[in-house]
Order: sequence, then C-alpha cells, then structure tokens
Amino acid sequence: MKKIEAIIKPFKLDDVKEALNEIGVHGMTVSEVKGYGRQKGHKEIYRGAEYVVDFIPKIKIEIVVASEMANKVVETIVQAANTGKLGDGKIFVFPVEGAIRVRTGEKGRDAL
Amino acid sequence: MINSGDTAFMLIATTMVMFMTPGLALFYGGLVRSKNVLSTILQSFICLGVVSLIWVIYGYSIAFGPDIKGFSGNLEWAFLNGVGLSPGPYSANIPHLLFCAFQLMFAIITPALITGAYAERMKFSAFLLFTALWTTFVYLPVCHWVWGGGWLGKLGTLDFAGGTVIHINSGAAALVVAVMLGKRRGWGKESIMPHNLSMTVLGAGILWFGWFGFNAGSALSAGEVAVMALVTTQLSAGAAAVSWLAAEWIYHGKPTTLGAASGALAGLVAITPAAGFVGPVPAIIIGIVAGIICCFAMMMKSRFGYDDALDVVAVHGVGGIWGALATGLFATKTINPAGFDGLFYGNPKQVLIQAVGIVAAIAFSMGVTALILKVVDNVTGLRVTDEEEIQGLDVTQHSEVGYTM
Repeated sequence: MKKIEAIIKPFKLDDVKEALNEIGVHGMTVSEVKGYGRQKGHKEIYRGAEYVVDFIPKIKIEIVVASEMANKVVETIVQAANTGKLGDGKIFVFPVEGAIRVRTGEKGRDAL
Repeated sequence: MINSGDTAFMLIATTMVMFMTPGLALFYGGLVRSKNVLSTILQSFICLGVVSLIWVIYGYSIAFGPDIKGFSGNLEWAFLNGVGLSPGPYSANIPHLLFCAFQLMFAIITPALITGAYAERMKFSAFLLFTALWTTFVYLPVCHWVWGGGWLGKLGTLDFAGGTVIHINSGAAALVVAVMLGKRRGWGKESIMPHNLSMTVLGAGILWFGWFGFNAGSALSAGEVAVMALVTTQLSAGAAAVSWLAAEWIYHGKPTTLGAASGALAGLVAITPAAGFVGPVPAIIIGIVAGIICCFAMMMKSRFGYDDALDVVAVHGVGGIWGALATGLFATKTINPAGFDGLFYGNPKQVLIQAVGIVAAIAFSMGVTALILKVVDNVTGLRVTDEEEIQGLDVTQHSEVGYTM
C-alpha cells in the first residue's frame, strides 16, 4: 500500500476529486494548509502599513491506495491539478505499513 | 413650551447616538487580532453602563449645572435634582431630561473612542478606573467650558456637535495613553493585522448612521439647522471616504476597504464642529481635506514610533483639529443666525478663537490624562503581563473567546 500526499491549489480540489473518482478512488482526506515554495507570498496593506504574507493557502489531499494503483493516482492528480504556473504544488508518495477499518477491524488492503 | 415634534426628533436622535457606541465597538473589534476581539468590544460597550451611572450621580451637574467661574458646573443637579420634564435652560422646546439624556450619549462615546489607542494591552481594571476618572476630570470640565456656560463658550468658540469636546479631547488623551502605555509586544516586528474588516465596515456604517442623530440632533429641534447639519454630515463623510481612498491609491497603489471606512469616519469627525454652521459646498471641502490629512497623519505614526493601535490620534485628533479650524473658516450666519461668521465671511478673528479652543482642550486633556494614568498605574497597574498579552486579553481578562473554530 502507498500513501499519496498531494499539496495543490485550493481551486483545483474539485477537478482532482472528480478525476480520482473516475479512476476508482472513492475516499480521501483533505485539509486546508498554508505554506510556500517557489511561489512567493503576497503583500497586504492595512492603513498604510505593509505586511508580507509568506504562507499561501493550499489544500493537502491524503489518499492511501494499493501499491499498483499509486502511479495512476499520481498521474491523475498531476494532470488535474496542473495550471502550468508556479505554485501548482507537490506530490509525495510513502510506503504504508498497515491499515485497519475501525468499524469491522478488517486489515490491510481489505480496509482501504 | 414643549414642542412635540422637536421632542420626537430628539428622542430619535438620542437613540441614534446611543447606537454609535456599539457601532464603535464593532469598528474597533474588527481591527484587532481575533484573540482580543471581545476585550476590545467590551471596552466600548461597558461605557454605556459606567458613564450612565456617573452622568446621573454627578456628571450632568458638573458638565451642565450652574457655572463656577467658567470652569465647571456645581453639584446642584447631582442625582438629576431639578432636571425634570419641563424645559431646562439649554432648550425651551424639549424636556430638560431629554437634553440630559442626549448629552449622556456623547459622554459615553468619548471615553470609548480613546480605547482604540490602548487596545490589546491594557488591564480591564485599569481601563475601568481610567474611564471613570477621565470622564470625571477631563470630559466633564471640557464639556462645561464649551457647552455648559463655561469660558470657551463665552469666548465665542464654535463647536456645533463636539469637535473640540469629543474628538480633539479624546484624540489628545489617546496620544498620551499610547505613549505612556508603550507599544504592543511585537509592534514593528510581527504582523499585527486586523482580523475582521467586514465587522469594521459594518461598525463604520453604524457610526455614520448614528452621526445623523449626533449632528442633526445637536440643533436640538427639528428645523432648518438640523436639515443643514444632516446634509453637511453626509457630504463631508462621503467626500472624505473618496479622498482617503484616492490618497492611498496614489500613495500605496491600492484602494482599500479599510481606507474608505476610515476616510468616512475622518469626514464625520471633521464636520462635527461645523455641521450646523456651514453650507454644503464647504462641507465637501472639509471632507476632502479631512480624508487626505488624516490618511497622511496615520502614515506618520510609524515615523514617530508610538503605538496608537487603532489610529485615534490621526482620525479624531487630527480630524477634530481640522474641523474646528475649518469651522472658523467657513461658518456663516446665513446658515445659522445663532453662530458667527468665519474668515471667509469677513471675520478672521473666529479662526483665532477656534485655535484658542483647540489649544486649551489639547493642553488640558493631555496634562490631566497623564496625571490620571499615573494614579491608575499606582492603583491597578496599566498593562497586562507579557504572557497575558501573548495569550490575548479575551481569555486572560474575561475567560471567554470570540470564536470557537
């Protein structure tokens, strides 16, 4: 099993979710996060005082799938989340040691 | 002879001025960080209680009661003794008690205005003591000087609805408090940003609405002067909102919502002393100038290095001074026969008289405010501890939070 962690632009979330749905991924965890990479922050001005806001809002998607699905999921996310501009995000892939479904106690791939 | 139309108008005006204080609470509340939103709102809101008590017990009597040497009223009207439902000495057409209630609302909002200068760092106990002492020893005397038969009124200082009594007075006090209390932790290093500007704009809207009661109501009757005051108020506020927006657009490259709201407030402050003495075109000039100079006064703050957290000095102090001077320029008896002509109507002396009022109010307010702060510092201490300031005043002073998310 692999865990795929993707940081994407917030407005791309629906596109990514639909694309993943189409390839058979029916569950994910999403959180609102902030961060920066090559895309720099922006400037805010309140009553003449300028503040540089470094951390930009992003969405983090976490998905755990069977190992052979992982490449396809990554490709799908890359395609759906791409705008071609700085700040499109990053994807990280991790090995997963185990998975348990809380309701039934099923383990491993059955729990996904 | 009580006039029911005037009485109805003044009842409504009084209620509208009352509504300005919760409006101010929202205006200030949105400008602080979310950890201090309730403490900031409460500092305005509780003035509705504290000052009402002071007003009835001795406040109204000291401000408006029988004069002692032009400096203060005496205590003959303490506990509103003799202040009843027949007309009093200040207006022949409405009950004396209604005039007293109308003036109470002004006394409430004035110390609430100062809270913007020391937002996010003052102990609640210190705030309460400061507010009670400041109302007693600064507001009441200055109010008496101008409106209660005191020396500035006799000198001929024009202050239609409180430019000197309320705005210069609170602006001068705000500067002293900001300097004596010191900066907020992290000022100039960390980002100290407003947490909810839509709340602030709603507050500005409520203030603007209430200001019609403030200025038109200061005519004390539903007649020509009230109409003129309402129109000049609207024009000055609108002009200042536009000019502030334009000034920052040119200077900073972006027009901001906060700039428009601050500008409207600056315009309202500046027209306050002039509202019932000037015509519509001077009102627009007063507003345009107010928006620009208050905007630049605010930008100067970081250069002087004092942390007037919510810009009370720039908006109320500078706006009030400009308004008081502008009254001396543009006032005309053709608008209000009870007033005087200003410089542009052949009476240059009026500018000088206005300046005397400005200097007197600033000097008195600054001096006495400094003394009061010394006293409060010795009794309760002024600031919360560093740790409390970092955690926020809502949790540490009041054990509650504005938002649970």
